[in-house]
Amino acid sequence: MRNFGYFRAASAAEAVQAGATPQVHYLAGGTNLVDLLKYRVEQPEALVDINRLPYGHIEELPDGGLRLGALVTNAATAYDARVQARYPLLSSAILAGASAQLRNAATNGGNLNQRTRCPYFYDVAAACNKREPGSGCAALGGHNRDLAILGTSESCIATFPSDMCVALRVLDAQVRLLGPAGERVVPIAEYHRLPGAEPWRDNNLLPGELVTAIDLPPTDFGQHYTYLKIRDRLSYAFALVSVAVALRLDEAGHVLDAHLALGGVAHKPWRVSEAEDLLTGQLPSAEVFGAAADALLAGAKGQGENDFKLVLARRAIVRACWQAAAGTPQSQSDKHIR
Amino acid sequence: MSETISYNNAPVPVALTINGQVHQIAVEPRTTLLDLLREHLGLMGTKKGCDHGQCGACTVLLNGERRVSCLTLAVSHDEATVTTVEGLAEGDVLSPLQQAFLEYDAFQCGYCTPGQLCSAQGLLREGHARTRDEVRELMSGNLCRCGAYPHITDAILSVLLTQQPAP
Repeated sequence: MRNFGYFRAASAAEAVQAGATPQVHYLAGGTNLVDLLKYRVEQPEALVDINRLPYGHIEELPDGGLRLGALVTNAATAYDARVQARYPLLSSAILAGASAQLRNAATNGGNLNQRTRCPYFYDVAAACNKREPGSGCAALGGHNRDLAILGTSESCIATFPSDMCVALRVLDAQVRLLGPAGERVVPIAEYHRLPGAEPWRDNNLLPGELVTAIDLPPTDFGQHYTYLKIRDRLSYAFALVSVAVALRLDEAGHVLDAHLALGGVAHKPWRVSEAEDLLTGQLPSAEVFGAAADALLAGAKGQGENDFKLVLARRAIVRACWQAAAGTPQSQSDKHIR
Repeated sequence: MSETISYNNAPVPVALTINGQVHQIAVEPRTTLLDLLREHLGLMGTKKGCDHGQCGACTVLLNGERRVSCLTLAVSHDEATVTTVEGLAEGDVLSPLQQAFLEYDAFQCGYCTPGQLCSAQGLLREGHARTRDEVRELMSGNLCRCGAYPHITDAILSVLLTQQPAP
């Protein structure tokens, strides 16, 4: 990798000041950034190490929610007793991703900001509009088995690879940011972007902005949730398709409220309110879940090698809805899908 | 004063306690913890497999937690404590995991073994694995091209069961 300068920030103000310079990246867990440096996909002039900033805690919020510090590791978040008790969907999604070693390093802020794993983005000899604006997209008509079926554009069909963020989308998390102009809060729905004509912009962070925390509102889904991840091997692989579901049911079993999101199929976690509205007031059935799946996948388009995702996604959505309705979430260690 | 700056990519001083011994060393910002161990300190037990965080051969214990040393920069870990495979035994007395790997024939070529051992040590410390399925899932970050997984799992389970209080 090319060498670079290094600055260890002692305060948030210092970090944001240094981070506002072009060609400077923030360094947290490094599990994605260091890899990108090795491939020369990223070639910054300097890194600002933010690991000593005070964002390493999980705190209660006055409204009954929880604030996840940006520097809390994915492992510490997934195994936190409060997260496991109140947000088991988030815990499950995190534990479905990466490996134990990576989860011990990767941070919550870094998980939001990780880059796509599209092979052409990593191959600096290939055309990629995300890596090099205007160079083209080698994935269109190329090896696109892992890539997107929803929200694509003519310049990019990359997927956003996070599992954690699919759960955050279902949980309506809020992302807290600090930048040169001060603090702001962005709903997770508006944090990540679709590729459009500017696929190099993964999210709506402004120059120098830093994620400081993720706020979770209070929820009462109980055991009516699941994170179902389908991949080429049973562990330690990115999703071909993943589904996060959280339901609230009345005593007779009618759906009062449904939240559904997909991972592995788009440039951001994919959620469609029309699909959720189709479930409201209904009793669980194959027809109702199938209709919701069709609405969630409306407009989906295969790219050739990934045409199978249309069928796989529909089946995974229906199965995940059954799991959530039954209160039998997918285990992340027993790999049988029931 | 915790602020350190490297202009012009100059080496940065870091202090690391590795297998109980303190090392003061200056490294370029781009030096990974893995390269520091192997190239600067000659600790060759930690293996470079893929160098991209996909195989687990470079797993070490960083402040007690298992991490892939290839995907972390040494400059980030001033004042940290590192245990590598060389630090698992007490002199000539093997750790319970090392002994179990021998007894259960848990390796063939042995290249992945240092990473498997450090990862398993981290797994035991974390305390989240209780069943065979959980050991397999929580060891999925360590690949073994010889396919010794059943015996690796047996070896780890044998130590796990001796550590668990009887129900």
